[in-house]
Formats: sequence, C-alpha cells, structure tokens
Amino acid sequence: MALAQQSSPHARNARSTSQVMLWVILAALPGLLAQTLFFGWGNLINVVWCISVALAAEAVILKLRKRPVVFFLKDNTAAVTGLLLGLSLPQFAPWWVSAVAVIAAIVMAKQLYGGLGANPFNPAMVGYALVLISFPVAMTTNWAQPGLLWESAPGFGETLGMIASGKQTAVDAFTMATPLDEYKHKIASHTATEVLAHPTFGEGIARGWEWVNAAFLAGGLILISMKIITWHIPVSMLAGLALMSLAFGSNADQYAPLSLHLLAGGTMLGAFFIATDPVSSASSHHGKLIYGACIGILVYLIRTWGAYPDAVAFSVLLMNFAVPFIDHYTPPRTYGHHKPRRGVPGKSQG
Amino acid sequence: MTQLWDFSGGIHPAENKHISTTQPIRKAGIPPLLVLPLQQHIGEPAEPCVAIGQRVLKGQKVADVTGGMGVPVHAPTSGTIESISLQPVPHPSGMSDWCITLRPDGADEWIPLTPIASYREQDRETVLDLIREAGISGMGGAGFPTNIKLRPPKDRKVNTLILNGAECEPYITADDMSMREKADEILAGLRIMAWILRPERCVIAVEDNKPEAIAALKKAAAGTQTEIAVIPTKYPSGGEKQLIQILTGMEVPSGGIPADIGVMCQNVGTAIAVSAAIFRGEPLISRITTVTGRAVTNPGNFEVLIGTPIDYLLSRGGLEENALHRLVLGGPMMGYTLETPAVPVVKTTNCVIAATEEELPDPAPEQPCIRCGACAEACPMELLPQQLFWYSKAGELDKAEHLNLFDCIECGICSYVCPSSIPLVQYYRAAKGEIRVQQAEQLKADRARERFEARQARLEREQQEKEQRRKERAKAAADAQARKQADAEAAETPDGPSQPVGDRAAKAAQVQEALARKKAKAGQPEPVPSKAPEEPASEPAPDIEALEKQLSQAIAKLNTMQSMLDDAKAENADNVDKLERAVTKNHDRVKRAEEALAEAQRTVNATEAQTTDS
Repeated sequence: MALAQQSSPHARNARSTSQVMLWVILAALPGLLAQTLFFGWGNLINVVWCISVALAAEAVILKLRKRPVVFFLKDNTAAVTGLLLGLSLPQFAPWWVSAVAVIAAIVMAKQLYGGLGANPFNPAMVGYALVLISFPVAMTTNWAQPGLLWESAPGFGETLGMIASGKQTAVDAFTMATPLDEYKHKIASHTATEVLAHPTFGEGIARGWEWVNAAFLAGGLILISMKIITWHIPVSMLAGLALMSLAFGSNADQYAPLSLHLLAGGTMLGAFFIATDPVSSASSHHGKLIYGACIGILVYLIRTWGAYPDAVAFSVLLMNFAVPFIDHYTPPRTYGHHKPRRGVPGKSQG
Repeated sequence: MTQLWDFSGGIHPAENKHISTTQPIRKAGIPPLLVLPLQQHIGEPAEPCVAIGQRVLKGQKVADVTGGMGVPVHAPTSGTIESISLQPVPHPSGMSDWCITLRPDGADEWIPLTPIASYREQDRETVLDLIREAGISGMGGAGFPTNIKLRPPKDRKVNTLILNGAECEPYITADDMSMREKADEILAGLRIMAWILRPERCVIAVEDNKPEAIAALKKAAAGTQTEIAVIPTKYPSGGEKQLIQILTGMEVPSGGIPADIGVMCQNVGTAIAVSAAIFRGEPLISRITTVTGRAVTNPGNFEVLIGTPIDYLLSRGGLEENALHRLVLGGPMMGYTLETPAVPVVKTTNCVIAATEEELPDPAPEQPCIRCGACAEACPMELLPQQLFWYSKAGELDKAEHLNLFDCIECGICSYVCPSSIPLVQYYRAAKGEIRVQQAEQLKADRARERFEARQARLEREQQEKEQRRKERAKAAADAQARKQADAEAAETPDGPSQPVGDRAAKAAQVQEALARKKAKAGQPEPVPSKAPEEPASEPAPDIEALEKQLSQAIAKLNTMQSMLDDAKAENADNVDKLERAVTKNHDRVKRAEEALAEAQRTVNATEAQTTDS
C-alpha cells in the first residue's frame, strides 16, 4: 500500500490562477459589450487580434526560454494582457500598432523580466504607453465616433478593412476626438457650455463613454464581490481623482468637471481592471490605499496640466515604480506585535 | 451573552464533520498488541520502570520522567511487557523511537485505584502531583504536560480560564462527541482546574456548528458561573491565539505565553482526563479519537487505548484498503501524512483520516506567485505570506525573520487559498528549520571561536614568558661576563682617579650590574635558582667563542693603552710611567688570553676527533 506523502494542508481551495484570470476576462465582457454597442466593432476586433498576438508571442517566448508552453498558456494571463490592450486601444488603431503594443507587453514587459509574477510594470500599460509615444497620430485620430451600433457606425467588414489596411489614420467621417481630448483643448478659448455642445458629449456626460465606464464599474464590482480583487485600489484611486477634481477643478469653464473625469476615458477600466493587476501593485491594504490614491492624483494632474488627454497608463506605470518602496513601509502589524515591522532587518521596530 | 471579538483572516473550508457524528462514541476494544512510545509530547522522554517479561496491571506506571519536563506512561490494560525497542511512532518524519510493547492478557485487571472525592480538602500541590502522576498532557495540540501548564509563572495571575472546544479543523469530531456525551465530566475537570488557578472567569468556547454539544454543555453548566461561549465557525478559531482574541479581544504578545495577559487555554479532552484522574483515580490510558474519511465504511469516534496501532483502529472503522490514498493523522489543515498505519495512537492523536484520492487529491503543480494577496487576506496572524515565501525561497532568511516568520502558526490557510498551488507552509517550515540550524551552528561557531581565541592567547602568553626567561638568562650570562672582566680589570689596572680607562670600565660594569639586578627584579620577582648553573662561566667545557672575545677585548685595550701612552709621551705628561706599566700588564693579559685560546682549541679538536672516531 503506497500512501501519498504530502505536507499539510491536505485540503485546498478550488480556485486556481487560470480560473482567477478567466473571471477577470468574464467580468470585462460587459464593458466590451458597451464599447461595441456605442463605438462599433473596432474594440471587439482589437480584442480578438490582441489576444491572438498575445498568446502567440507568449508561446514563442516561452519556447525560447525553454519553459513548458502549454502549462503557462493555460494560466490565461497572456489572454488578459491582450484583452486589456484590445479594450484600451483606439477602435480603428492599425493592426500593427496593436501588434507592437502586445508584443512589447508580453515579450519586453513580462517575459524578459522573468515571466508571470516577476514583472515590475503592468505589461498592458507598458505596451500602451510605448505605442502612444511612438505613434501619436495613430493613437489619437482613430477613436470612433459615438453612435449606436445599428445606426451610424461602420459595419464589421468596413471596420476590419480599416484596421487591416494598416493606414495610420482611419476614414475621417467615422472618427471623432474623445470627450477628454475635446474638453482639454477647447476649454482654454471657450466656455463650458460651448465646449459641451460638441457631439462627442451627447446629451448625457459623455456619449457612449458613460455606458462603457458604467459597464466596467459593474464588472469591477463583480470581481470585488467574488474576492478576486479587493476594494482598496479602485476606491482609493477614484477617491484620489475625485478629491483632486473637487479641490482644483470646480470651475467648469477652466477644467473638465468631475463627472467627465469619472465617466469618460479609461477611468473605470483603469480603476478595476488595470491598477488592480496584483503582480505590479502594492500588496498590503495600507499600501494599496496609497498606491491607488496616488494613481488617482496622477491621472488628474496629467489630464489637467499634462500633454495627454488621458493618463491611466502613465499614472499606473509611474506608481509601479513606487510599489517596492510602498511595500517596504506598509507591512501590516502582525498579531502579538505592538507595531508593524517596517524597513529592513537590523532596524527592528516591533 | 458573551461579548465576542473577531480575528483577522480565516477561512471556511468544507467541514466534513457529519461523516463521523452519526454514531455515539464506541469502544475500540483491546488490540492484540499495544505499543507505548516513551515520548508522547514535547519535553523529556520517559524512562521504562518495568522489565521485559514482567506482568503489569491496567493503570500501572510503566515509564516515568525522572528529570526535566514530562509525565509518566501507564499500562492501558493488564498484560506482559514483551519488549522495549525502537518502533515506528506517529511523527511527520516517519521515524522510529523507543517504545514499550505490551501483550494484553485479556483480563483487563486494574491496579488498586485511590479516587479523591473531595479534592478541595487537599493541598493544591498534591492535586497537581496527582495530575502529573496520572500522565496527563494536553490532548488538543502539542501535548504540553498539564501539571506544568497549570503552574503559571509566579508573577502571572490567570484571570480567564478557557476550555477550548472550538474544534475548528474539518473532519475532526472527537471534542464534539466528547462534549455531547461527557459534558458533566468536562465541567468537573474544569472546576478542578479553576480551583487550582482561581480565575475570575471560566469560559467553554464552542463553534456554532456543534448545536448538540452546546446544548449538552449548557445543561451541565446550568446554575454555575461557567460561560458557554458560542463562537462563529471560522478556521482557525480553535487556534490558541485566535481563540483568546475572540473571547477577550486581547493578543498574546509575540514570543510570550497566554499567561502573560492573564489567560490560559485547556482542551476539553484534558478536562475529562483531569476529572477521571481525581474522581476515579484513573491515569490517562485511553482517549477519544475520530476515525473518518471516505475510505472507511463505518466512521465514527472511538474510545481507544493509548498504544493501539492505527491499523487496528482503521479496521474497527471498516477500512477499504483499495480506496485509501492518503492517511492523515490530525486534521486536513495541520495534520501530517503517515507512511504506514503500523504506528500507535498516542495521547495527542485526535483524528485519523483515511482519505480517497478524490477526497484529498494530490496538489496541482506549483505555479509562479502572482502576488494576488489572497494569502495575506486570509492569514490569521496578519503576516505577509507572499513576502515570506519570496524570502524563504531565495534564502534571504534574515528578511523572512524580520517579517515575523516565527509568528507563523502553520495553520495552512495560505497554502489552502493560494491559486498558484504554492505549498507556502512547507516553505516556511523549511526556512524555520534552516534558521534554527543556522542559529545552532552560529552558537557552535561562537563557542569554537571563543575556545580558539583563548587557546591563542594562552599560547602567546607562554611564548612571551619563554622569551622573557630566555632574555633573562642571556642578560645574566652577559652580566656574569662583564663582572668577571671588571674584576679582572680592577685587579690588573692600577687604582686611582688618574687611571681613566680602568676607572671608566669598572664604572660601566658596575652600572650594568645594577641595571641587570633591577631588571631581574622587575621581570621576575622570584628568581629561579635552577637557572644559575646555566651561566657560561661555570661551564666545564672550554668556550672558545668567549675566549676569543676575551682575547680581542684584551688586544683592543692594549691598543688603547698604547696610544694613550704615546700621547702622554708626546705631551711629556707625568703619568707616563704608570701608563707604561699598564701597557706591560695588558701585554701579559693578551698573551695569557692567546695561550688559553690555543689550549681550548686543542681540547676541542681532540674531543671532535674522538667523536668522529667513535
């Protein structure tokens, strides 16, 4: 009788890393649905394309690194990276821009640092920032004009054709500046009422974007309720952004209003799906609160006084730099100790 | 209603307790052979006090701890001592240890028992001794000797006595069934311990998933001041530190004991044993053990004699050997696997799980940590399991220690929740072991260094003393030489101040002599007399070197005298004739010295020739 020899615990939880990642993908689907409804087929095509490139790139680099390919592909993390880029990139971004972003994310930002769990920076945001800086025209002129899928937006074939053609700029009639972009560049010479008359804002806060953000918020709440992410980073990030907006941007004739900050651009996708990437974010509750709040503050600073209309990628990457520092100084207080043990060994404090 | 606090983290694993609670406690009976390990708890192993072949009665002491911490071992039934030998014992390493093997004779004949009806009339120390003599050690966890635990440090007053009936681990129902069936005995044992400790508050804590046990305890405790605290079911609420936090809101200081904050925890099984020891005079020879898992057809709780082989117990539970995949002693969170069921039940054996492969499957392969933080969320000690994991894996043990590695209670929650299937607890155990080894080695190295340094210092001191003695000998020799020479000069050179050369030499010799005396005094307060014969002057053998030296000195002196005489003559001084005499004398000295040298050389040559011949 050969009995199994294992160390305790003998019972284990059923949820695996690949299941966690699968839930992240599922929770992002409402957002993708909203994007498709209001901005056409572009995001869906991007998501499929980015996930395919991500899996291929991951497989090739795993092979080169002599790692078990199938074992790691099954963890679904490459698929999540591809998904996040597909959701973030402009709807009509040429295929090669997406490919560059995905390959940079998987190869440079993830695998060259040692693969899953070893990357200091959010891979998707590294890819996004890289193409945003390298191909500014392709990344700013390819945003789809908001409109219901069955009304004005270009059809599936047309969209696919634009993306596959590889041209830097899409057909002008289908594109429009994003609400944050429009507001940022017009408010210097116009009043708020004049700026908001632009069709990109629609009748609500920001046409289409408000629904997309609401959908990502809903998906994020699902993740929190399933304990896949904790509330700390999303809440502190949104709070940081809101507090900055209330403190500095109360005059709508000067700065974008709070509603626009929260419901236009990549705010909710960033707060619930990107900033919460466990690998590159702070680990303790205190650390997460600091990390999230700083991202919120940076998003506001860059959107308001920086050169870019949106800033989730840069803010997340900047705070990724600070994660080891934050972790170093925010360990929890262990049971039975008076104080948390901060800093390094040899300077014992508790 | 008792006020309750919460502890951070914790999990709700599948309980699987219903498997073993369908039947009342059964007697496992007397197996063909009993194996009694001499060490059944932390502390010192007991020493046998019976001989092989001796017949012992039920309850007779067969081994005792004479020095150090420990309690005696008793014969669980009457029979013959068959051997005292190394046998496999229940231990995670699967090791063997010294055991007394007892062959039961079936008579089950008791030794005369001395129950005490009114323990309150006894001295507290007497009652504590009775508890020790009954061989009672903690029946919940590590098996700490109960009599020692009931004697907290003098400066610590136990205000709260907690009886731990939480039994938070899945599968185990030994305490649950004991509480249902032996609530009165538990209360009686608690009263004895409370009488010893005199706490202000007595609490029996039970998780809310044991309604029958709660009802039984409440009935037994009716009319007394004992609180029955129903606590929410959450693993590891039965961990001592967590239970204290739940019931008092206080935390046991890191590295301290509960008595530091005026609390003591005892297991409900221990209370039953204490009650039996005092009121019936029976030592601890049996316990309640859960036999459960999907690989047994007739699971339940058994009153089993200490020393009963697990395979006998499993056969009583209806083991299906083909279905058995993993045999766990203890619970599924903190228990350990057995290599063989041929190990005995000991005083701390609360549960045996015979699990099928579907029930406790082999773990999935380890994946990289994604820093998801699920472990930190669930850790009841508020540690940072993922950081501890990196540092343990990377061998950065100082950092792991800094992050309170040694506060880990190894409850297994972090491994349980890890989506990457990382055996975190195993990493911590390895790191702790490594640190302990390092500390032991450091201590050893420190001692070795101290010894080495002491030896070096001693050798150096000896060397210096040797050197000092050598210098003194050389000095003494030189002094003797100088004195001789001075004497010779004093005899040969004319006296008086008009003799500057002789005068100077004599003075120099005197000064040197005085210096040497002083030095000898300072350096060596007690001059060693045996060194005296070593003076070269008294050596019988001719010293050619010394003679040569003497000769050259004499020649030098002659030359000086000659030149002084020449000068005097040139100046026509009045001491010319005196100097002339001195020169003549010195001439004679040189001649004598030359003769002595020649003589000595002859002798030496002759000796050498002899030596070569022989």
